[in-house]
Amino acid sequence: MAGNPLLEVRNLRVEFPTRRGILTAVDDISLHIDPGEVLGVVGESGAGKSMTGAAIIGLLEPPGRIADGEILLEGRRIDNLPYEQMRRIRGREIGAIFQDPLTSLNPLYSVGEQLVETIQTHTDMSHSQALARAIELLAEVGIPAPERRVEHYPHQFSGGMRQRVVIALALCVNPKLIIADEPTTALDVSIQAQIIALLKRLCREHGTAVMLVTHDMGVIAETADRVAVMYAGRIAEIGPVRQVIQNPKHPYTVGLMGSIPSIDQGDGRLTQIEGAMPRLTAIPQGCAFNPRCTLTMDRCFRERPDLVQVEETRVSCWHHDKELAHA
Amino acid sequence: MVDAPTTQPAVVGDSASEPRGAETTAWSRFVESDVLYSFTRSPVTVTAAAVTAIFILSAVFAPLVAPHNPFDLASIDLMDSNLPPMWLEGGDPRFILGTDDQGRGILSTIIFGSRISLLIGFASVVLATVLGVGLGLLSGFVGGVVDAFIMRVAEIQLSFPVILTALLIDGVIRGVLNVEKSGELAYWILILSIGISNWVQFARTVRGSTLVERNKEYVQAAQVIGINPTLIVLRHILPNVMGPVLVIATIQLAVAILSEATLSFLGVGMPPTEPSLGTLIQIGNDYLFSGEWWMVIFPGIALAILVLAVNLLGDWLRDALNPKLR
Amino acid sequence: MLAFIIRRMIQSVVVMFFVALLAFAMFRFVGDPVHQMVGIETSLEEREELRVKLGLRDPIIVQFGRFVGNAATLDFGISYQHQRPVSEMIKERMPATLELSLISALFSLLVGVPMGVYTGLHRQGVLSKVFMTASLIGISLPTFLIGILLIYVFAVILGWLPSFGRGVVVDLGGWRTGLLTTEGLKALIMPAITLGLFQLTLIMRLVRAEMLEVLRTDYIKFARARGLTNRAVNFGHALKNTLVPVITITGLQLGSIIAFAIITETVFQWPGMGLMFLQAIQNVDIPIMAAYLIMIAFFFVAINLVVDMLYYVVDPRLRVDASKAHGHG
Repeated sequence: MAGNPLLEVRNLRVEFPTRRGILTAVDDISLHIDPGEVLGVVGESGAGKSMTGAAIIGLLEPPGRIADGEILLEGRRIDNLPYEQMRRIRGREIGAIFQDPLTSLNPLYSVGEQLVETIQTHTDMSHSQALARAIELLAEVGIPAPERRVEHYPHQFSGGMRQRVVIALALCVNPKLIIADEPTTALDVSIQAQIIALLKRLCREHGTAVMLVTHDMGVIAETADRVAVMYAGRIAEIGPVRQVIQNPKHPYTVGLMGSIPSIDQGDGRLTQIEGAMPRLTAIPQGCAFNPRCTLTMDRCFRERPDLVQVEETRVSCWHHDKELAHA
Repeated sequence: MVDAPTTQPAVVGDSASEPRGAETTAWSRFVESDVLYSFTRSPVTVTAAAVTAIFILSAVFAPLVAPHNPFDLASIDLMDSNLPPMWLEGGDPRFILGTDDQGRGILSTIIFGSRISLLIGFASVVLATVLGVGLGLLSGFVGGVVDAFIMRVAEIQLSFPVILTALLIDGVIRGVLNVEKSGELAYWILILSIGISNWVQFARTVRGSTLVERNKEYVQAAQVIGINPTLIVLRHILPNVMGPVLVIATIQLAVAILSEATLSFLGVGMPPTEPSLGTLIQIGNDYLFSGEWWMVIFPGIALAILVLAVNLLGDWLRDALNPKLR
Repeated sequence: MLAFIIRRMIQSVVVMFFVALLAFAMFRFVGDPVHQMVGIETSLEEREELRVKLGLRDPIIVQFGRFVGNAATLDFGISYQHQRPVSEMIKERMPATLELSLISALFSLLVGVPMGVYTGLHRQGVLSKVFMTASLIGISLPTFLIGILLIYVFAVILGWLPSFGRGVVVDLGGWRTGLLTTEGLKALIMPAITLGLFQLTLIMRLVRAEMLEVLRTDYIKFARARGLTNRAVNFGHALKNTLVPVITITGLQLGSIIAFAIITETVFQWPGMGLMFLQAIQNVDIPIMAAYLIMIAFFFVAINLVVDMLYYVVDPRLRVDASKAHGHG
């Protein structure tokens, strides 16, 4: 960990009060993102990865709330800022890209109007300056004939083109961090790669850090510098992407890797993790993964494992606890 | 941006959120959807249900509950007319809420009036349900020209307010029957006009659900193995559309009671000899200027409370059965 | 756009055709026009003569054609009860109804939309809950009862406002308006509130529901994520997106206001078309009923056309591809 991290999340807990009791969607998560770095966050639906993103950008939907922990941007706490101050950070310092480009744009405004509006909210540019910048941005995200397209409405763009517009909107005032929540899930497979490549190139050029939330290990492998594997609201394993992929340490990550087809595996069968992730209402005692784990010990049912450093990764699994010196 | 906290398959390929319980019927949703839970947790709903129950019970047992029988001419004395409520000066303890212009006790006329209002309300909703569900099933299952025609008519009718349609039908029936007979037949005229005015909602909902069900595999399978289409409709499709129909029926009951009251108030509904709540308000309206407010206010309050209670029940039922059905 | 408008025009014509057919059927088959026009002592021959003269022995198609032709030139025949041309009576009474409807529509829009936006944005607020409860009571109170209560309080007890009629009207080239005199305006207050209150609650609830729906959408979340101000998000993005359904329903409501005027006009003895129509129903005066039906249908169809055109102003999707018009909403 050289230098100061851009973003630091410490012991974050996100809760949802429901009439059946309080659901803990994110449970004691700590992670950091360095400037210009791409952190992949991977996990199943309900693992809490999107919720973590929403908490960082301050847009948890009520009744969801941050129950504990803190979030720091360049060393400054942002999780407890008043709404108006947080609003100035959103878009200006932390951008966001959502899953569905078809619904992320307001259908009643042209893409130009939406870009100009965002630029003018965060800068002192005049309308014509902002419009020029908007056209420039559209060109940058690879939209042909941007002078003409800037006047078009979202429905006049294809899905892939719309996601390019969304990326332009997220990047339009050069934020330091982008939370990209499943940015390609809703797109055709052929377009997914293009969008990921575009995002990666732009962020490298602008020096923007990315928190890339996805359930697609392939995208992570291709894009991320580091990866956090989430399970049932907790981090199972976090570390450099190569380490995690080639040498997974948590049984869950091992299972995940087993379920991804690989070229050199030949005719080897894909393995699958038995069972399903527990509901948030029924997370077992001890390690949340214990019902599906093939390597359980007594301790796994009793105590919850903390993240421990193993080589370059950090893992929450009793098998990697130093005292046991397993592995 | 919110991950639904649901159980998912092990493989991390989850984006296609499967519609949970797509095969469950509306009825099983009714049972599973915490209907009872939300009922007991909502004091407003419980109160509304209790009020509705009181109205229905006192309507059914009106002759036992009411202090007087306003239809029994022998018990009415014109000397008792226009008496104020008993707590006011000149009030008579026999008539708690006062009397009307013919010496009938307001409380008794309200009880018997609610009986008439509820009777016509229920009957016209039953008629509208039968009509609407039947036409909706027909429209959805047969399709083609039949569907186009029924839906066209529905659309045109829907663009007119219910009360106007009811008024027109009422006027036409009275025209056909001649004005003289319409007094005796007031019940039937009202039930017909209100019932016919309200079928559209049912038909549209049922048609929609039928179209969805019809394309499901089990219906197609039933058709392939040669089961009578009527049987398919009745046995498989009908139960699946009953949930929404129940919701609409409850809401329409409030509409029907209001429509009846309005028609009666306008003088084309129940005659003063057999007054519903609307007729009572119409009668009382003439005495408002002479300060005899109780003839209007009490039946008015009764009507408003009844409609409000039914509306609240309908609202709750709609939310409990399906929050998206608006 | 032109193609879409033309298609809607054709649809409107179809609707008007159906309504005309209905009105004609009423006119022709409910009761006997001749019976209504002559005295009891008229002989059978004279009746038959009149029948032929009136064209009642012509083929039905011809009669219907004549009926439509007459209606198109605003000739709706003679009122059975009043023995005067129906069109003349309508002309006298239309200004009263239109003024009343217009003012109450304005009232319900200008009050209902802001209330809806407020309750949508401040869902948990105390004021919102007050509004919502009041609106539920408003929906459950029948129009005529509201009118009666207003009369009792403001006319009978307080004596501030007149309880019936239009006050003093001014004749503007055949259009008798009550909007230009203090008495006329005072007479308009209670009827307009009575008529508008129900629509107001509907509009408020609709705007609220649409606001809640729109505020949940991805583009609102994305707008917030872009750091736009609350004002821009709530009014620029959210409110504008609620307009399409609001315009639709408001348009329909305008039509029903004219129809609901029947009740209000009865309560306040307001000398408009509604009161005339009600008296026609009570007396089975078919020509007036038929004429009223056609007039109302015409208003509805015209309003719907205007609403369709308003969509184009609001929603860019329709400007390009009219075929999507039905998939939206």
